[in-house]
Amino acid sequence: MSTGTAPAAGVRRGEAGRRGGDVRSDLYVAVEAGGAGLEVSLESRVAALYGDSIRETVESTLRGLGVEAARVEVEDAGALPWVIEARVEAAVRAAGLPPAATGEGAPSPSPAAPAPPATARHLLRRSRLYLPGNEPKFMLNAGLHRPDGVILDLEDSVHPDAKPAARLLVRNALRQVDFGGAERMVRINQLPLGLEDLDAVVPERPELILIPKAERPDQVVEVADRIAAILGQAEPGIWLMPILESAVGVENAFAIASASPAVVALTVGLEDYTTDLGVVKTREGLETLWARQRLVNAARAAGVQAIDSVYGDVQDEEGLLAWGHASRAMGFAGMGCVHPRQIRVIHQAFAPTTEEIEKALRIVEAFREAEARGLSVVSLGSKMIDPPVVTRARRLVERARELGLLDGGEE
Amino acid sequence: MNVVTMPRAPWLDGPAADGLADNAAGRRVPTVINGQEQVPFQGVGGYAPEGARHGPPIRSARDYPADGDKRVPDIKAALEKAGLRDGMTISSHHHFRNGDKVALMVLQAAAEMGVKGLRWFPSASFPVHEPVIQLMEQGVVHHMEGSMNGPLGDFTSRGRMPGLGVLRSHGGRFQAVQDGEVHIDIAVIAAPSADPFGNSDGSHGPSACGSLGFALADSMYADHVIVVTDNLVPFPCIPWQIQGNHVDSVVVVDSVGDPSKIVSGTTQITRSPDRLLIAEHVARFIKEAGIMRDGFSFQAGAGGIALAFVAYLKELMKQDGVKARFVRGGSTQYLVELLQEGLTDYILDGQTFDLAGVQSIGSDPRHVASTPLTSYNYHGKGNFASMVDAVVLGATEVDVDFNANVVTHSDGMLLHGIGGWQNCLFSGCTILAVPSFRDRIPVLVERVTTLTGPGELVDVVVTERGIAINPRREDLLRAVEGSTLPVRPIADIKAEVEAMSGGPPSPPRTTDRPVAVIKWVDGTVLDTVWQVEP
Repeated sequence: MSTGTAPAAGVRRGEAGRRGGDVRSDLYVAVEAGGAGLEVSLESRVAALYGDSIRETVESTLRGLGVEAARVEVEDAGALPWVIEARVEAAVRAAGLPPAATGEGAPSPSPAAPAPPATARHLLRRSRLYLPGNEPKFMLNAGLHRPDGVILDLEDSVHPDAKPAARLLVRNALRQVDFGGAERMVRINQLPLGLEDLDAVVPERPELILIPKAERPDQVVEVADRIAAILGQAEPGIWLMPILESAVGVENAFAIASASPAVVALTVGLEDYTTDLGVVKTREGLETLWARQRLVNAARAAGVQAIDSVYGDVQDEEGLLAWGHASRAMGFAGMGCVHPRQIRVIHQAFAPTTEEIEKALRIVEAFREAEARGLSVVSLGSKMIDPPVVTRARRLVERARELGLLDGGEE
Repeated sequence: MNVVTMPRAPWLDGPAADGLADNAAGRRVPTVINGQEQVPFQGVGGYAPEGARHGPPIRSARDYPADGDKRVPDIKAALEKAGLRDGMTISSHHHFRNGDKVALMVLQAAAEMGVKGLRWFPSASFPVHEPVIQLMEQGVVHHMEGSMNGPLGDFTSRGRMPGLGVLRSHGGRFQAVQDGEVHIDIAVIAAPSADPFGNSDGSHGPSACGSLGFALADSMYADHVIVVTDNLVPFPCIPWQIQGNHVDSVVVVDSVGDPSKIVSGTTQITRSPDRLLIAEHVARFIKEAGIMRDGFSFQAGAGGIALAFVAYLKELMKQDGVKARFVRGGSTQYLVELLQEGLTDYILDGQTFDLAGVQSIGSDPRHVASTPLTSYNYHGKGNFASMVDAVVLGATEVDVDFNANVVTHSDGMLLHGIGGWQNCLFSGCTILAVPSFRDRIPVLVERVTTLTGPGELVDVVVTERGIAINPRREDLLRAVEGSTLPVRPIADIKAEVEAMSGGPPSPPRTTDRPVAVIKWVDGTVLDTVWQVEP
């Protein structure tokens, strides 16, 4: 059960986290104001090995939040320290105990200085792995599966009651979890709730914010301005990726993509989009072909990356590969993943094939030869090669090199 | 019948444990266990056995029915015929796993017959055997020697078993019986098919379970052998994995086991992304290290990681057009597929885990039952385990010297049996495939809680965070140099996990009272399991 409920009137009690047989790497905390000091009752499957450590973390978190007297109930299922801290803080806030202000809590080690985005605009964004924002167990090892990006999701995967607790968990994850160099993204809630999410996570400097259900350029501007304000700088310094999930959103694709220089990619949520259209989402996806192609065109026109939706059937690797191949052929640079096992398949789908690379290398070589010999016309065998073909071949070779599919030194 | 008078069981009068000494691994172990003198571990290959093998009494055909019908009415009659008395050793086997009904049937019959102080000697115990706890509390069973897990592990760890538990590997169990370290008075063999003469087999019948290999030593060396079956066939029972010439009595019962718990319908590959990643690392390592080549061999069990490993390795074998000479089970449908698709010539099967395995061993002559004698017995003229090129095993803890624990949890509680694990360590490349932590608890530690496998025999530890190669294996380190495998020092991975977990765990809270010992494959005492503080 997901919890994070506010206290009943008069009783200063708050809870956070989860308990039950299936819970792993998480804990349940209930905090009730009162008593002479801190009374912590602890149940944990790791009590023999980490019981003292859990108590210490709980008590120091409470004291750090200015709570000196409370009855605290903890049911732990092997949570790591940063998870314990997040849950205790969420329970304290749900109980209406200090601190009242959001965005505070344990001191943050994140840098305060104004800075440009930490990742490159044209970074590889083939795969982005969705991680439910209120589920710590999936976050711990996410980076080991080598996605290009991870999305800490505060929106659809989090129960409305658990939003405040998830925010703190995601904030702490950004502070503490090593995502193995993956670009760290946060999907905030729809505005205006999403603005509160920004207050909690932006100080931890994720590299990218996903804006769900984007329909108008001013929503993007609102998010960009809020981020800049939180960081006290003129530019957001964090990339934005609007998600188009409605017919209106798709119609406004170009305006949304060009709403802010911080927009780095445009993506699409096909479940909501097909619902909006009143059609059924199929395995082949013909019903969304136009929207996706329109998105690719708008993204290209605005100079940002086009990123495809997710493929929901985790068991169907063949279908995923076919979808990925089609997606790449349409002009997408990547897609979302709902399970780590999809990452490898997606990387395979978005990688140039050996034949493509070989052909591109031959074209680039032919161009170089023609240039060396002062010829204005490039030909390969009996075929004339137009300049755009050369450009495309060069891009492909460059990408193949980025992906480690080529040894250095050629060209 | 010629009844040999046995001396009184040493545990009925002697202490459970006495005379602590440090062994060659630096572990403190008792020198007297259940009243019997012991040899502390002397290092891998350090102990040279002497003397002759144990022999059961000579029997004569004049004392057995000429028509070969050895049936007796029930278990009690069989126990009576075997001369059941206080302090005897009764053995049983785990080929029915958690579906076994026979071990309890026999021990409870013995209880009704009023005997005390028995030693129960199963090849492994399962949660279904929990009622043995009452028999121990009543004094019917003095102690058990075999795997102690689930409720029995808890009972033993808290120091409530009257005697000392002894944990052995499958090969170590054969060695102990063969060497006379454990004298079996009465062996009870549960058989899916048997004839009235006692010939028995596991591949047919309503409770078909595959190989009966664990019962082989008992059939050869016990004073009395009782076969219990629910599927009596007229002589001859073909094939006869257990030969009737060793058998004293045959008992027919309504049901020897619950087939649904004997084998799983299908064995499932793990869906945990982290475990799949470990399995993929293992398969890639075996390929990149050059172990995967034509004519190679490997062994993997039925755990989630092992199954997934087989699936990944199969893809790599197909890609490279490589075929194995033999694979060793625990067989599952994944190994059976390798056989059927021509990717291995043989399966040498120690135990059979799923229906596909049972069907295959019963019908395909290339799927062969092996035994602890052929595969694992260290006190023999060699065994198969050391001839396997690579083996993939699990562990509960591994330390920075590559020592491994497979029997206790980090809190000191008995959790698993040893199985064939210790015996498999002698393979050409021993790979422990383990998550780097479970529920916050690091699997990589400074010093293992209970030493079950000496680090010099552990070659590679594969986790989701990286692959650690034992520095002793310079050849393996060289072989994967320049590959894209995440090879890292074991101490690095350990440090990373400790940083995540908020430091190393508190040491287990144990008393100075031994509750069980771990035997090495040569019968010496490798380590002690201490009583967990109540």
